[in-house]
Formats: sequence, structure tokens, C-alpha cells
Amino acid sequence: MNITIKYFGQIAEVTQKESEQLDFSEGSIAEVLDVLYCKYGTLKNKEFKIAQNQELVSENEKLTGAEIALLPPFSGG
Amino acid sequence: MSDKKPKNVFKEGAISSAFIGESIAKHQTKTSIGAHNIFLGQVRADVINGKTVSAIEYTAYEDMANKKFHEIRESAFEKFDMTCMHIYHSLGTVKAGEICLFVFVSSPRRKVVFDALEYIVEEIKAHVPVFGKEIFEDETHQWKVNS
Repeated sequence: MNITIKYFGQIAEVTQKESEQLDFSEGSIAEVLDVLYCKYGTLKNKEFKIAQNQELVSENEKLTGAEIALLPPFSGG
Repeated sequence: MSDKKPKNVFKEGAISSAFIGESIAKHQTKTSIGAHNIFLGQVRADVINGKTVSAIEYTAYEDMANKKFHEIRESAFEKFDMTCMHIYHSLGTVKAGEICLFVFVSSPRRKVVFDALEYIVEEIKAHVPVFGKEIFEDETHQWKVNS
């Protein structure tokens, strides 16, 4: 399945882009992260949460969504 | 009074005092209200390692953020006997001293608005995916973390 991955804040500085589309077969969020860690060397040192279809999920969550987002620490307000 | 559809909470740039004043004025026709309470988040000119923050540039995962704002709104209406509530958050550049967050709650009674406002502001800080980039006077930057 084709998944849109969105990057924000300091994570977007690491990836040098705000989003991209990657193709995955079935699996978990962890498999997406493996690919991203491989692609972006310094991503592993960054703190972030993961959202799947706009809900926060853990790495073990099954990949269901069309949209994954990597969210650095929130700093609104 | 709770809307079913998430509305857009974001405004481009700083929230002006005129806008805040007009929001207050608009409530004068709602005469069941006996108390308003307002939170205004202002960009602070923090000094970090000798460099002064001149502005914060806000970005957000807008769809998720508006969904979270909506959930906060729904849960606040469940918890507190409010007549209405409004939230506005800035996107883009907000200079030090300008307003970046405006939360406005109203109720027939005063006790409710004190508790409701604190609840809403803390929920926003913890759960809404907004990201602040602190811009220093020399144009370098660092990413803000809520404490």
C-alpha cells in the first residue's frame, strides 16, 4: 500500500522535506521506522511520536493507514 | 453549544488585541453569561546562551491539531457548565510580545470558568501537535519544548 509520511518541525529539518510517499506491504509501524532510519541517519537521535491517520500509535501498531506523521515534542501556546 | 464538525482554530500571524476586544463585545448579547475568563499566550523574549528570542514561527499538523482541539472542546463541555468557548492559535511568525494563543470561556458562574480555562490550556499544551521554532535576533533558531 502507498503511504504518505509527513514530517514536522525538527524532524522535517532532518528529512529535508515535509512529506513523501512510500510503498509498504502489510506490517507494523516499526517497519516504516526501519526504512526511515536507514534513509535518514540522524533520525534515530531525535525525539518524536508517531501518528497513524491522525491518532498517536506505538511502534507495534499494525500498519493500516494512508497517512503516517512523525511529530517532534509539541510546543503550542 | 458544541459544534459537531472540527473548525479551524488557526489564524495566520499574531492574534491582535482588536480581535480579542471584538470577541468580548460579541458576547454582550448572550445575557445568560455571568463570567468570562481569558487566557492569552504571549511570545516571551527568552535569553538562551546570550541570544534573545525575537519571534516564534509556528507550524502544525493542522488536520490532527484541529481534531485534537475539537476533542478538547467536547470534553470541556462535558466536564464544565460553560455557555461557550473559543480557541485561536497562531501559525507562522509571531514576534516577542505578541499573542499566539487566545482561549475564551464563558459561563453563568465564575467558579466554572477558572477551572475550565486551566483544563483547556493544559490540554492544548499537552496534546495538540503544534511546533514552535524560536528565532533569535541573529536569525539562528532552536525548537521550543513546552515545560
